[in-house]
Formats: sequence, structure tokens, C-alpha cells
Amino acid sequence: MLNSTHQKGFKEKALNLIILGLIFVTALVTYWLDQGYYVNLVSRVVIFAIAGVGLNLALGYGGMVSLGHAAFFGIGGYIAGISAMHFSENTSFIAGLDSTNQMLTIWLFVIIICALLALFIGLISLRTSGVYFIMITLSFAQMVYYFAISWPDYGGEDGLLISSRNQFLGNDTDNELVFFLICFTVLLLTVFLSSRIIRSRFGTALQVARMNDVRLATVGIRPYPIKLTAFVISAVITGIAGALFADLNRFVSPDMLSWQMSGEIIIFILLGGVGRLSGPILGATLFVLLETFIGGYTEHWKLFLGLVLLIVVLYANGGLMKMVVGEKQHD
Amino acid sequence: MTAALFLEQLLNGLQLGMTLFLMSAGLTLVFGVMGLINLAHGSLYMIGAFCCATITTMTGSFLLGLLAGFVGAAIAGLIIEVVVIRKLYDRDHLDQVLATFALILIISEGTSWIFGSSPLYLSIPSWLSGSIPLSFEEDSNSSYPIYRLVIIAIGLIIAYSLYLLITKTRLGMRIRAGESDREMIAALGVNIRVIYSLIFALGAALAGLAGSLVSTLYSVEVGMGEPVLILALVVIVIGGIGSVKGALVASILVGLVDTLGRVFLPNILALFIDNSQVATLSASLASVLVYILMAVILAIRPQGLFPANA
Repeated sequence: MLNSTHQKGFKEKALNLIILGLIFVTALVTYWLDQGYYVNLVSRVVIFAIAGVGLNLALGYGGMVSLGHAAFFGIGGYIAGISAMHFSENTSFIAGLDSTNQMLTIWLFVIIICALLALFIGLISLRTSGVYFIMITLSFAQMVYYFAISWPDYGGEDGLLISSRNQFLGNDTDNELVFFLICFTVLLLTVFLSSRIIRSRFGTALQVARMNDVRLATVGIRPYPIKLTAFVISAVITGIAGALFADLNRFVSPDMLSWQMSGEIIIFILLGGVGRLSGPILGATLFVLLETFIGGYTEHWKLFLGLVLLIVVLYANGGLMKMVVGEKQHD
Repeated sequence: MTAALFLEQLLNGLQLGMTLFLMSAGLTLVFGVMGLINLAHGSLYMIGAFCCATITTMTGSFLLGLLAGFVGAAIAGLIIEVVVIRKLYDRDHLDQVLATFALILIISEGTSWIFGSSPLYLSIPSWLSGSIPLSFEEDSNSSYPIYRLVIIAIGLIIAYSLYLLITKTRLGMRIRAGESDREMIAALGVNIRVIYSLIFALGAALAGLAGSLVSTLYSVEVGMGEPVLILALVVIVIGGIGSVKGALVASILVGLVDTLGRVFLPNILALFIDNSQVATLSASLASVLVYILMAVILAIRPQGLFPANA
């Protein structure tokens, strides 16, 4: 029994490395073959995976089913877009701040703003649980969505074009491979960060909070601050993914804030496997594959996405990770 | 701002509230009795609207169209319940959210495959297209369309019928019993699965009716259900999930706040802030007013106004 659990853990670790390696190699090969379009597709997978890894921390490990993570994804995107706009127009932010096109500075903004917003949303939403939590996170995201739509300065319903990508120190971010490497590094960092988090005392407490609030409280740890912290970290990671997504497409629109986006981030996790480290990476890969290849045949590809999703939920609970590795070690 | 304008907006708010009630009644019953969160409820609203538009165009009779919307959505609901929803009652909320999200994708894309992506339009039938004056002053030309009054009336009739159904009939008794203890009522020999199917189909039919009723006011298109669905979710959260009475009160509240907010918030804000940005700001604020309302109510009463299983 112990031996087999150990083997499964090993198998999952090996799989995590193989998946990351495959993504890296695919980007290199397609770049070498001069297929810039496919390099960008791999970057798209990586960015979705980052968003999924972020949400997985709250949803998979913390049991907080947030249907509002598009708010953070979109706000990350808008911060990148608005910075780029002000930089190209040589104007300053509302508060008289100098505009910048340096990704690192922009990410710092994303982290601060997403953390504050998530703190506010979490403070209210985490007072509730279950269905109420789902709906409140959804409603907060809708607030941000409608705000973005009715605010004409930054494109309103039409969205905001980014005339040139934000810069990463001195590198040429317009080069597909350079941009991919930036995204991939962020993905590695977030995967590393979340693997550290879930193995820490904090992470253990978080997972117990998912299984049984009362048990956690009995040993003297209040679940509320633990969950709130995880929610904030999760939001920040998703926000960074959003900033990268805006730069990848050179475009931000309210679509990034829509509730369908929130649903899609959950889909990345579910297709891959809830509460598994590389679940979102596998899921995002499958999603983009469906989108690209079935989307190439018919514009109604989401019909097939829906069918796949329905089958996974009803009959293959646990997603791709479970098919490959088997049951999780414990739950 | 005249009294007539205010009355007109009040009625508009009431009409939106009644549409929301038709949507949220089914949603809240399904959650209260089966513990299921159904995101695909907006798709049933859309199915109702499409059935209504198709049949009305074919036969020329809006009444037949309404009937088609009601029955069509009920049948669609029944099929969905038997094929998919039934498997979800014992699952956690994440599975329910995802499976019903998948249903939205399937139904929306399927509909746009069949009907194309251009919207359908219906006009109000001539016998309902008149309007009545709102003001008795001689020079006033303000009036209110009869059709919207009919929607309000239908909403009130449905609300009263639901009240009778739930409190006075045997089926209603079983629904209430199912709400408080599912296992017990099954143990007493009641076929709970049939009741679940009936409740789901009833909720679907009401959503279809709502979609049919507004099909003459707005365009009938894929994706029309989701904005209404989200407002209906806000409604049932405010009202207390599972409570039909809560859904009625919250529907009217949300309908009024949303409608009146959009019209009067700019004027109110202009009193305090003298700025060119006020139009933008008030438009943004008005569109999120209902969500602010929900956040405030939940911060005070996390279980909503009328918690069902308190």
C-alpha cells in the first residue's frame, strides 16, 4: 500500500517534468521551423496554464470554487494594456504616475492591485460558502466587467489595442521565442511556488480547511485567514497570467473579464485534474488543441468542447491526470 | 423629472422584476429541492424565446408562440434533466457548475448552428400594442405600453399560482417535504425522481415563458440568456436560495434598483459632483448597482433575506 502510493507520487512528479519538457521542446522546434504562429500557440497554452495553476490553489487545494477569477485575469490584462497605451501616448496615469512599458514594473502593479481586490472580494465572499460563494465571486467579476464596458477612456466595449508589447528589461519581446521564454519562466516559477505552498504548513492547513473546517479549527487554526491568504495568492498569479495574455494578443477587451472566461479557467483545471500540480497545464493544452484543430474545421468548436467537458464531468472525474497517473495520493 | 416619468420607470422596473421572477422561481426551486445549481437555466430561457419566435412567425399567432415557448422549454428541460442533470444531484457544486456550463456551450452552439448567428425579431401583436396614458394633464403625452403591463400581470398571476401550488396542493406538499428532507420523503414511498423531473420541467417552462414574453421587446439571439441568468442568480442569492417568496421580493427589488438606478443616478450624482466625468461615472455605477446591493445584503445577512431552510 505504502509502496504503491510512493510509486504514484513518483510517477506524478515524472509526468510533471515530462509535460513541462514537452512544452519547452515544442516551442523550440516550432521556432526553429520558423512557425511563429505555433510558438504563439504554445505561449497561449503556457499563459492559460499559469492562470489555471493560480486558480487551482484556491479551487483545487482550498476547495473555493471561484467563478470570478476572470476579474483578476482581466484586470492584469487591463493594467498591461493601459500602461502600454499611456506609454505610447507619453501621458501619465490618473494619479500622475509616470507610465512605463517595463513588464516587471507592470507586474508589480498587477500584484498589488489584484491582491488588494482579492482581499476585498475574499473578505466578503469567504463569509459564505458553497453555492453562495460561487455566486458572489461571479457577481464581483460581473461588476468589474460592466465597469470596464461602461468606461470609454479605455476602450469600453471595443477593448484596447496595444500598439507594441511591453518590454522585459532589454529583450525584444516581439520575438516569439523571447516572449515564450518569459511566459515559460513565469509558469515554472508559479508551479514551483505552488508546489512549495501546498507542501508547507500553510498548504496543509489549507487542504484540511477544504476537507473539514471544523477539524482545522479544533487544532487551533482559524480557517478564514488561511483561505483568504490562498485566495489572494491565487488571484495574483491569475492576474499575472492576464498581463501576459494581453501582451501576447496585443489586445485587451472586456471578454477577458467575462464570466465565460472564469468558466474557461475552471475548465483548464478540470480537464487536467483538480488539485493536481500539472493538471491545469494538461488541461490548457487540451483546450488549445481543441480550439485550434476543431476550431479550424468549424466555428462551432465550443459545441465539442461542451461535449468533452460533459463527458469528463459525468464519467471521467479526475481528468487527464487521473487517466495517466491514477488516483490522487490522498484526499 | 415629472411624476409621470417616475411612474413610467417604476413600471419598467416592475416589468424587469417580473421577468426576473419567472427566471429565478425555477432556479431557486431546483436549488432548494434538489440542491442543484443550474447555470444552463439561461439556455432554457433562450430556447423558449426561439420556440416562440419560430412558431409565431410560422402561424402568425403570438398566443401559440407563447404556448410553444412554455411547452418547448419544458420538454427541453425534461430531456436535459433525464440525460444529464439527474446524474448531478449527488455531486459537489464544482461538478454541477461545470456540467451545466458545458450544457450552455452545447445548447448555445447548437442553436447558432441551426438558426445562424443573426438575431430574430418579433413585433408586439396588434391587439397588445396600444398604450395607456400615465398622466391626466391635458398637454402631457406620456403613456405606457399595454404589453409591458401584461407582462407584469402575468408575472403576478404566476407568482400567485406558484404560491397556491406549493402551499395548497399535494404536489406542493411533496415539494416542501423534499426541500426539508429528501431521504425521508423517498422512504415514505413517494417517487422522488418523478418529483425532481416535474420541478425541473416546471422551472424550465417558466424560464421559457419569460424568454417568450420578452422576445417581442428584445432581439432573440444566442447568448440572450446569460445576462438574465446572472441577474437571476443575484436575485436568488439576495432572496435566500430555495425560497420562492424571497425570489419574488428580490426580483422586484433588483428590477427596481437596476431600472431606477440607470435613469436617476446621473441626476442624483450631478447634485453632488459638478464634473464632466459624472456621466461616465454614473453609467458605470448604475450598471453595477445591483451587485453592490447584493454585496451589502450578504455582508449583513449571509443567507439572504428569506433563508429557506433556516
